[in-house]
Amino acid sequence: METLSYRHKAARRAAGSKPLAIVGVVTSGNLEVLVERLLPDLECQVEIATSAHGFGDLWQAVVADFVERHSPGGLKFSINDGGARPDTVALRLAQAAHLIEEDSL
Amino acid sequence: MAEWNKQKQQREARLAAGAKFARGKLVDRAAVTALLEAVIQPGDRICLEGDNQKQADFLAACLADASPKTLHDLHVVQSGIVLPEHLDLFEKGIAKRLDYSYSGPQSYALSRALKSGKIELGAIHTYIELFARYFVDLTPHVALTVARSADREGNLYMGPNTEDSPVVIEATAFKDGIVVAQVNEVAEKLPRVDVPGDRVDFVVVTPKPFYVEPLFTRDPASITETQILAAMMAIKGIYAEYGIKRLNHGIGFNTAAIELLLPTYADKLGLKGKIATHWALNPHPTLIPAIESGWVEQIHCFGSEVGMDAYMRARSDIYFTGRDGSMSSNRMYCQVAGLYATDLFIGSTLQIDLNGNSSTVTEDRVAGFGGAPNMGSDAHGRRHPSEPWLKAGREAAVGDPRLMRGRKLIVQLVESFSEKTVPAFVERLDCLDLAEKFKLELAPVMIYGDDVTHIVSEAGIANLLLCRSAEEREQAIRGIAGYTDVGRARDRKMVEKLRERKVIRWPEDLGINPLDAQRSMLAARSIEDLMHWSGNLYDPPSKFRNW
Repeated sequence: METLSYRHKAARRAAGSKPLAIVGVVTSGNLEVLVERLLPDLECQVEIATSAHGFGDLWQAVVADFVERHSPGGLKFSINDGGARPDTVALRLAQAAHLIEEDSL
Repeated sequence: MAEWNKQKQQREARLAAGAKFARGKLVDRAAVTALLEAVIQPGDRICLEGDNQKQADFLAACLADASPKTLHDLHVVQSGIVLPEHLDLFEKGIAKRLDYSYSGPQSYALSRALKSGKIELGAIHTYIELFARYFVDLTPHVALTVARSADREGNLYMGPNTEDSPVVIEATAFKDGIVVAQVNEVAEKLPRVDVPGDRVDFVVVTPKPFYVEPLFTRDPASITETQILAAMMAIKGIYAEYGIKRLNHGIGFNTAAIELLLPTYADKLGLKGKIATHWALNPHPTLIPAIESGWVEQIHCFGSEVGMDAYMRARSDIYFTGRDGSMSSNRMYCQVAGLYATDLFIGSTLQIDLNGNSSTVTEDRVAGFGGAPNMGSDAHGRRHPSEPWLKAGREAAVGDPRLMRGRKLIVQLVESFSEKTVPAFVERLDCLDLAEKFKLELAPVMIYGDDVTHIVSEAGIANLLLCRSAEEREQAIRGIAGYTDVGRARDRKMVEKLRERKVIRWPEDLGINPLDAQRSMLAARSIEDLMHWSGNLYDPPSKFRNW
């Protein structure tokens, strides 16, 4: 198991007021994302526990793109990864951000 | 004095040699290899009907049993290299040269046979290109075909699996060739006549029904959420925007996802009746929910699909059916329909380069093309307008607008990474290495980049019609190549500009909610669901029954 952590500045606070949301499942090729509204408004953190080693630069790229595109200020994401492809990771992160904002949409 | 009827004389000689093994047209199954050794001559062009679906499997096995001393140097001209026996012909030295279209299940073995030098490869064709050559320079001397039943006159009933046969038999029979048919049974009266008996010389009843590959069955259980996301983008960003009513789908899971989203996601977008009404398409089981929900007006089929017979018979308003009630397919007609009468082709590929060229050939896998190069090409002979065709022509904006021609939409639908995390987007296609290795004059490109109008991945849509330079084209492709090396090397500033011009559209640019990309959005989530949708008329093959 490898653990990775990324902290970013976000442009805006994520909308809505839900305290947390969960999407996905930890099976092979998939992942689970827990998102919690725990951080200051313009900060964002993504913590990853993954069964696949050596993909740090790919995670960094996926997370940086995600923060830029979705601006998830105030949110902490905890990922349990079962070796998902980066396109699946990007989709799950987008789903998690949408789900926690859902009551405001 | 000039001889003008040598072919007829040769045909008579072949028929006389074969007659020893027949009573009338009927040949005992134990005598089939001897019959083939008698009517085929060394160096002949033969078409052993194997397409991507039905197989003249008994005749293939009998021919592979022939003695290479008697039969050698045959030139195989057939659409599909599908059965192991097709390659046995080359391994044993019975056949030498090959011109074909498709080799799905034998794609690895074919690559090995090419490497070992057992096969002299002519060309890999698209179906109607090979059929066209049957009438010009690759006319078969002998055709070995397959039907469900025959009568004593040699009339053939093929039912839903007519497929390539009419064109193969026409070319062979009318150029004084010999036609041998394997049938499941001989009947007093046929349900309908698909091939008239005077074009058929010999008939053999096989010990078991001919094999048909269920090539177009995609189990909805295997469709992923990223495939659903890409399918949603295709529906909202292409089908809806261009108003695509007449179309063809490839056979991948991504297009199956589109079919299963019509009665759900596309319905929510209010698109019923506005898109996807008229099809050139095999009988895809995954289209059943859309048909049952009233989306589809009519479908013409290249071939049939295992388990769909009863369903199609019961839905004759949708499918083309004979007086006997069963569906009638024809690969030649349907490929022509797809070329001239549809406004969109959408299919998948294994590799796509920075110019939009695509290929399914890799070093250890020579899969052939099937219909894709034809369906995935713009018909320059087309002269009837339609709104999607004109809109695409306007976007391409080539030359004097008063003399503008429209464009068929050619869409490549890919996942940035395949299941094994192999990138679909590449700097250089593997087929270039293959062409060098086997000294092919033409690199086996499936669809050329200049025909492709859109590329869709889970990361977004690239509209190549709107690109005005090679650099824009490259960045448009990089901009939807996700986290592949090609995607990560994108020029971020240029990609932003292309997004502003809608050359690139990401899911959020299309207003797509990622939470909709869920399997619950599929109208059917299993083969069993498809059966239920069909009112139990669809009878899936056993390998898809996992309940």
